[in-house]
Amino acid sequence: MLLLGASGAGKSTLLHALAGVLADDEGEHEGTMLVDGHRPAPGRAGLVLQDPDSQLILARVGDDVAFGCENLGVPRDETWRRVRESLDAVGLAVPLDRSTTALSGGQKQRLALAGVIAMRPGLILLDEPTANLDPVGVAEVRDAVSRVAQQTGATLVVIEHRVAVWQHVVDRVVVLGAGGGVVADGNPSSVLEARGAALAAGGVWVPGHPPPLPNRRQRRAPVAVLDTEGLAVGRSREAVQSGLDLSVSSGATLAITGSNGTGKSTLGLTLAGLLPPVGGVVTASDVLADGAGPHPISWRSRQLLTRIGTVFQQPEHQFLASTVRAELSVGPIALGLSAAETDSRVTELLERLRLARLAEANPFTLSGGEKRRLSVATMLATRPGVLVLDEPTFGQDSRTWAELVALLAELVDDGTALVAITHDLDLVDAIADSTVELT
Amino acid sequence: MTAVNPVARLGAALLLALCLVLTIDWVSASVALALELIAFAIIRMPARQFWLRTLPVWIAAPLTGVTIALYGRTEGTVFFEFAFARVSEGSLTLAIATVLRVLAIGLPAVVLFVTIDPTELADGLAQRLRLPARFVLGALAGMRLISLFLEDWRSLELARRARGVADSGRIRRLAGQAFALFVLSIRRGSTLATAMEARGFGADVDRTWARESPWGAREWFVMAAGLSIGLVAIAAAVASGRWNFIVGQ
Repeated sequence: MLLLGASGAGKSTLLHALAGVLADDEGEHEGTMLVDGHRPAPGRAGLVLQDPDSQLILARVGDDVAFGCENLGVPRDETWRRVRESLDAVGLAVPLDRSTTALSGGQKQRLALAGVIAMRPGLILLDEPTANLDPVGVAEVRDAVSRVAQQTGATLVVIEHRVAVWQHVVDRVVVLGAGGGVVADGNPSSVLEARGAALAAGGVWVPGHPPPLPNRRQRRAPVAVLDTEGLAVGRSREAVQSGLDLSVSSGATLAITGSNGTGKSTLGLTLAGLLPPVGGVVTASDVLADGAGPHPISWRSRQLLTRIGTVFQQPEHQFLASTVRAELSVGPIALGLSAAETDSRVTELLERLRLARLAEANPFTLSGGEKRRLSVATMLATRPGVLVLDEPTFGQDSRTWAELVALLAELVDDGTALVAITHDLDLVDAIADSTVELT
Repeated sequence: MTAVNPVARLGAALLLALCLVLTIDWVSASVALALELIAFAIIRMPARQFWLRTLPVWIAAPLTGVTIALYGRTEGTVFFEFAFARVSEGSLTLAIATVLRVLAIGLPAVVLFVTIDPTELADGLAQRLRLPARFVLGALAGMRLISLFLEDWRSLELARRARGVADSGRIRRLAGQAFALFVLSIRRGSTLATAMEARGFGADVDRTWARESPWGAREWFVMAAGLSIGLVAIAAAVASGRWNFIVGQ
């Protein structure tokens, strides 16, 4: 069963309640919920969450799968038998003593699934299990889930924005309304036919209802603003990529793609003047450098503001202030702009990115889509010539996606040079002028 | 050594250290050190591994010694004097005793601890010492978040440069960064707690253990060895009249 609904309709809360991990003192509840005729409790239902890293419990693969069985009091021999069966079922053929941190995102999610099915639950709950994965990882997890459901006969409930991933695996779709209650319940094709347009408008990715793409304006001829020569990048002295000769141009979008762990983010941070190159050079054009020297890594932090902006993969990493308005003022104030100028820029961005009603809210309390919009807005406040974005559309619903794409297209049409690090092929199709695939 | 239950290794190192912190004379420390070196030879610790792992102890010990030689209590002949520093017969003796003691406590601790696998230690603490499983496993799982925190910290640092605020005010910035890390870690921690709870952690069931935590003659022997080295060292100090009880100095 696929559970759909607009953000805030309570999909995750329902799943957590079914899993029995909602304590009685967490919020209000009324009515009763029975799983197999009993109150929900861990063991009857197993839950897989969205973030692959936060749900690794133990250091070794075998121990992690065994954890649930231990808690349920399963005898030792039986536990290890189940561990091997579960790993087989999810197709994770790694030694039991393999370190869990050494696994890829898709493998980590399959490990979490194995840990759940080792508990032999009648109900398997998946809360956006593929939202943080690259396309290969998404397919791995989806196939593992459908195989497990067939083998074990367990009931499956999955929450997911991207309908296409699960459409052919599930045999029932339930849509929760934003105001509460079930608005649709039935087989996938009939529910999607009846509610597809409304769901798409609410931010769900429905096949056949793609988000609208922006109209592009006439652009001036692109001019190179950043060039790399024999660039090698890495977080330490060890290079993950080397020999890169790239060019970033104003009024154009360079997409950097490649699977997890190929050094996409590291390359982005190096182009952005945040990480020093391990080898080779990144050179800024005279126009971009504007007297600050040819190499972005030697610029001062304040000099970066008007030259290269970076939007991090996790918006929380770049939040500094306690209100949205103050957050947007940080850059202009650091530049020494007048109070009037700062205020006018901030007000304009609040309107343009639909953040005005949140101006006094704490950035950490915003929803995922709002955080993403705010983190882009903080960079726009100082009008940099180059904007580097790391997975800007990661886990976003289709509405936020369409807004972001429209915004980015507008920036590029106005002459900004855009570097997008992404494994979202829809984004690449929508805005990339050139693509570099790292392997 | 890696086959010995981590709880026994922890116990041996603790017993030995407990004996050696009671006194600060050079006799007990030298006797203990000599016995330990013999023990290392008996367990055939590979030389390269030994030196690499214990290097920090070999660096820390002389540094402590130099400090005490310069600033320790002045007694007997003064050999050298400069500003507040005064090297005397008394401070020199104390320095030598301290260097030996740091080595005598530090070397076995490092040798016994470095190869400890956290999972095995947790198994031992919960199954052998009967510490509450909730507490031990919670701490074990929490430790896995440390590497994520390190990554978060690096990203926070780079993000501050990108936001244009990394040129000055380092202390204030670090405070802000620490707060942001705190918020992020609470979030990660609560996700982990939910994941653990969803797998039945803390349920009202008698927990089983997938891994054994073996305990036998070998474990008792390691603990006894640690204790005997300490006791022999104390006996030697008392016999030579150098026993120097630390309290009351």
